[in-house]
Amino acid sequence: MNITEKILAKASGKKIVHPGEIVNANVDFVMVHDLTGPLAVEAFKKIGIQKVWDNKKVVVILDHQVPAESVKAAELHKTMRQFTKDQNLQIYDIGRGGICHQVMPEKGYVTPGAVIVGADSHTCTYGAFGAFATGIGSTEAAAVMATGKIWFKVPPTIKINVKGNFQKFVTPKDLILAVIGKMRVDGAIYKAVEFTGPTIQNMTMAGRMTVCNMAVEMGAKNGVIEPDETTRKFLVDRVKTMPDFKMFQSDKDATYEKTVEFDITKLPSQVACPSSVDNVKPVLEVGDVSIDQAFIGSCTNGRLEDLQLAAKILKGRKIKDGVRALVIPASQEVWRQAMQQGLLEIFTEAGAIVCGSACGPCLGGHIGLLAAEETCVSSSNRNFIGRMGSPQAYVYLASPSVVAASAVTGKITDPTTLET
Amino acid sequence: MNNKIKAKAIKFGNNIDTDVILPGKYLILIDPHELGKHALESLDTEFVQKAKDGVILVGGKNFGCGSSREQAPLALKYSGVKCVIAESFARIFFRNAINIGLPVIECKGISAAVETGDELAVDFEAGKIENLSNEKKFQVEKLPPFIMKILADGGLIETLRRK
Repeated sequence: MNITEKILAKASGKKIVHPGEIVNANVDFVMVHDLTGPLAVEAFKKIGIQKVWDNKKVVVILDHQVPAESVKAAELHKTMRQFTKDQNLQIYDIGRGGICHQVMPEKGYVTPGAVIVGADSHTCTYGAFGAFATGIGSTEAAAVMATGKIWFKVPPTIKINVKGNFQKFVTPKDLILAVIGKMRVDGAIYKAVEFTGPTIQNMTMAGRMTVCNMAVEMGAKNGVIEPDETTRKFLVDRVKTMPDFKMFQSDKDATYEKTVEFDITKLPSQVACPSSVDNVKPVLEVGDVSIDQAFIGSCTNGRLEDLQLAAKILKGRKIKDGVRALVIPASQEVWRQAMQQGLLEIFTEAGAIVCGSACGPCLGGHIGLLAAEETCVSSSNRNFIGRMGSPQAYVYLASPSVVAASAVTGKITDPTTLET
Repeated sequence: MNNKIKAKAIKFGNNIDTDVILPGKYLILIDPHELGKHALESLDTEFVQKAKDGVILVGGKNFGCGSSREQAPLALKYSGVKCVIAESFARIFFRNAINIGLPVIECKGISAAVETGDELAVDFEAGKIENLSNEKKFQVEKLPPFIMKILADGGLIETLRRK
């Protein structure tokens, strides 16, 4: 069996499972946030049971409309605070956590071999740690809160095997954009995607999280990476009990629906053009695209090493007149590290604004929205019509390095072309 | 859920994502009727007007891709959509729709066989779809019985309440 099959077998008390089989899996953690939690609370109350199945396994993180930008959002936050109080649940409130997909691993809720569901599509990020993690809706989150279980159809798995070293300024974000460009937005629909090969093995946890985060953008149920020493080092001071890593390696004779090979040796910086995540080109081929906004942050690329990449480019440079640059560290922990390392100084000196840890403009719900005919280059994960504000705005997705370089020139820019 | 429905079709293309079904700025709304007022407005400002008396949405590949927001199928349901038929669905949308009691049917070839305004008849129990305007017929794979039960109950919460 491969990793995904092994985890689903273990979670459903079976020795072996096959793609297509429906299993009823025990859930290790369920997470909801401020935009999906209130509907889940409402649904939970309708079920008619008093208490969640295990109050240590339900996590609430406020990250989307934070701090509340409207009375309606404040009411949603109030609902979630009251529910966590009534049920004695862990809540990461404003200033205590950050973006849910950064907070979950940081605070030790993610371990290899675990089944984690979250009422957010980018829950697949945790596959970076060798977990089976996938997004669900609010009603289903309520059902998991009530029962601790969820049904899954065991997915067929696509293996994506990557070799080669990244060129200067090229990052795991460029890799995953290139992968989605080739696989297309429905290329892995209903399926698991397992990322393997030397490039993945050499990647930091931050890079692996970026890669797994965007698995859903090709329709995947989950993305997953075999846990190893890099995983162990990240987790060692964060989790209470470390699972047996050996249990969650794919067998040599594991079956895959297909294997797709990527060699990134010559891969240049990539960009996903409006308004589909698979509309991917090398940055050098997009032509002359002026920008109004540059956004560095989100659950895809708001981690410390992303901020370090951006700071390297912005140090001693200025954001182009007429461009606004937003930097949003993914969590309070990342924010503090960025402060201690002097990165926030570099960003603000360059003329960027640094906001509190939150999802920010990524989903067009709170700050940094776009007007009609405006263009944003963003380190986030979606460029759909209307995603970041006006349906007449344009969103280009790229790495933090490309976003920073573009903020300097005012046009979508490959960092290799910046004058030194 | 009614086992048989008949309604006019409104057709969309491939990869209709949940941001166009319901933009992020409306996620702070809790009342499903309010959500319903904004369904698909980014693609068609008159959609809600067209859907209010009951329609069947026909989509291409990967319908409902993107965010896990359950507000997307809720907005469709409360705008007047009785059922969504598509070549394929994004999995979270598919589950969400069933869980809130909005029937969804995967049907290969449906896109090419339907135009906006055609009259469709769906028989869920029999797995049959018929385009009454051009007499094209489809037999689809039926959903597993436990999913049919969730739809028959009107959603997952009702199924859990009855347990």
